[in-house]
Amino acid sequence: MTLPKRRVALIGNPNTGKSTVFNALAGLNARTGNYPGVTIEKKLGNFRHRNQSIELIDLPGTYSLAPRSPDEWVTVDVLTGDTSVSEPIDAILCVVNATLLHRSLFLVSQILELGKPVVIAINMADVAESRGLQIDVARLSLALGVPVILTSASRKQGIELLKDTLNKVVVEHSQATRLRPLPEAFYAIRESLRSELDAMVPQAENRVDDYVLERALLDEGSESICRIEKHFGSGSRGAVHAAHKVLCETLGIPADVECNARYAWAAKQLEGALQESNTERVSWTDRLDGVLTHRILGLVIFAATMLGVFQVIYSFAQWPMEWFEMGQDALTEIVCRFIEPGILRSLIVDGIIAGVGGVLIFVPQIALLFLFIAILEDCGYMARAAFLMDRVMSLFGLSGKSFLPLMSSFACAVPGIMATRVIENRRDRLATIMVAPLMSCSARLPVYLLLVFAFVPGTSYLGGWITLPGLVLMSMYLVGVFVAIPVAWILKKSILKGEPAAFVLELPEYKWPALPVVFERVFQSCKAFVIRAGTLIFSATIVIWAAGHFPGNHETQYALEREIESLSEQVTMDEQTEQRLSLLQTEHNQESGRLLEISLLGRSGKIIEPLVKPLGWDWKIGVGAIASFPAREVIIATLGTIYSLGGEVNEENDSLVAALQAAKWPDGRPVYSLPVAISIMVFFALCAQCVSTLFVIRRETNSWSWPIFSFTYMTVLAYLGALLVYQVGIRL
Amino acid sequence: MTTLDQLKPGTCGRILSIDGADGIAARLREMGFIPGAAVRAMRPAPFGDPLKCFIHGCRIALRSVEARRICVQLEG
Repeated sequence: MTLPKRRVALIGNPNTGKSTVFNALAGLNARTGNYPGVTIEKKLGNFRHRNQSIELIDLPGTYSLAPRSPDEWVTVDVLTGDTSVSEPIDAILCVVNATLLHRSLFLVSQILELGKPVVIAINMADVAESRGLQIDVARLSLALGVPVILTSASRKQGIELLKDTLNKVVVEHSQATRLRPLPEAFYAIRESLRSELDAMVPQAENRVDDYVLERALLDEGSESICRIEKHFGSGSRGAVHAAHKVLCETLGIPADVECNARYAWAAKQLEGALQESNTERVSWTDRLDGVLTHRILGLVIFAATMLGVFQVIYSFAQWPMEWFEMGQDALTEIVCRFIEPGILRSLIVDGIIAGVGGVLIFVPQIALLFLFIAILEDCGYMARAAFLMDRVMSLFGLSGKSFLPLMSSFACAVPGIMATRVIENRRDRLATIMVAPLMSCSARLPVYLLLVFAFVPGTSYLGGWITLPGLVLMSMYLVGVFVAIPVAWILKKSILKGEPAAFVLELPEYKWPALPVVFERVFQSCKAFVIRAGTLIFSATIVIWAAGHFPGNHETQYALEREIESLSEQVTMDEQTEQRLSLLQTEHNQESGRLLEISLLGRSGKIIEPLVKPLGWDWKIGVGAIASFPAREVIIATLGTIYSLGGEVNEENDSLVAALQAAKWPDGRPVYSLPVAISIMVFFALCAQCVSTLFVIRRETNSWSWPIFSFTYMTVLAYLGALLVYQVGIRL
Repeated sequence: MTTLDQLKPGTCGRILSIDGADGIAARLREMGFIPGAAVRAMRPAPFGDPLKCFIHGCRIALRSVEARRICVQLEG
């Protein structure tokens, strides 16, 4: 017989091994999603123990239940069972760090005020034991009035007992009494406020939890007051203010009162339950910190680590990416064998296969980056990296936690933006997401290489050690960085303005990374990308395919393709056939170029020509830029098609270089000059030409306004940058 | 009496008070910076900021602007 499913919320301080507990309970059986209107990831896991199935709701790690932003409110809403956010929960599982019991009980004291059934898992018991800490679980459980279990989740110790206890608690579902750790005078004030507010609304059916009222009294100016106003009407604000004033007069500064009371309560609970042996041990963490955060050595190791990570991502991701490309080519060949040239083949090859390939190509990079992030984070080094880099990142108006996401964006903004999840401050995270696409990703490199190769003279300086093309290439990477600084700064001063974020960061003890947690993280990131961003990237590819395909009569093109294919299949190739084949190829390329010119894409290129002329561009470059909005590397193939070279060209293709160098305006002037080349490069450096990035921003921010904003500001910036470069360039 | 940012690495102090009632002060309090708590200053980051200290058995990094809000009594 199966019992009805129960819901348990999982909460705890950061660095308590909460994810390890989640994994030990639910395994890889997790689903992720978003809560409405916020950027918090919703993570659910399921497990069944002795016929009882339990859904585990993983909440973000937090030091206290004093929410200041909508993101932080999600936690309180889930715990109090606010029906607009989630279904009510049956119990709360709170994970605490065995080595930091005193501080952990701060959060516990708040959780026990909610009046929900609670189970406490004291995790990392093995570490505590090795450090000579003795915890009397029975005594602590008696003092707290809830079940307390010792666990070492990374060794799967105590998990069975934890499951048994959870089963027992969710079935009994007894209404626990709310803990009152604060002075009684506080509760008296809260209760009189309650009755005052209740009188304002007749028969409130959805009662605001006492805890929300408590937060409104304690955290002046936080969002809790808005919630109360929404529920009890505009008169309630005055009532809360009046009660707050009474509170200040009777007890003093509410924040001080709360913290002192909670820490005093925590110390009292631990009396007799915690024994510390006074053996002074040499701490490995301090020794390692001595090296890893050393003034010189620490920075060298940090630089080497980062370099290593990106070198590996760069080189190792190449192989699976090449396999994907090979698979894509093989698939294309199979399709071409079975489907005659025509619209169906074009849709499958240039739309569907290219679209799926465009999604999968990112997966190796995402998997590798998250492998490193998960390892570095789980072993404790990530916090040190933030510690080392905070001073540098504060120049951007950001914190040390933004370093790695921005650094990753040089490889690709997609995993970089996903990596911003490590930044818990919402405004810092959004600012980082907004500037991440300005870092020159690897997809921009082919564009830079093509143009540098074709138009930048190979002048060398310092005896050939430095060359002009190398300098130009480097400046393209620097353009993004130097633009990002003011952009981040302005964002933090304008739309992301608010209370400055505190950089108060726990530097946890070093430990070996828990592999299940690492792999789960890699798996979840790839899955989330493929399912949610992937579908949108795929659709966008189809749309651009259609814009390049319609309208236009492709019959001649298909006929040429058929003829080319039948000729290429001949076993013996005499000179005449070869000549015929190359003639057909040229004809086919010209036809493709003509069809692109009359397509929606080509027409829009012509329409925007007056707009791009001040940048020194002709309509062909305009088409290239438009076609590259889904993915910037497309410009090489598009230019190839327009200059009638066929779609299969790359940046090292001499004929494309030659075609660009030979391109003329109707009056005979060459289209491309150094200023034009640099104007195109600057445009590509600053423009948001990547649907994947935009859709990942949509997914990570859970709103369309951020990707729209990102697209708009980057396109405007790119246009102005290109305009400035060209107009200054031609006058020099 | 001095502030936490003035504490030399290796020296210990006892917290007297935390300045302010905003989000940063709240964050400091919930992470254990409360009156009466013992704190030991540790070596700061390479560029001199953020600072690092040991409190409640835990290493915490914080910027000097934040540390300046924490009044401490020097202890031997």
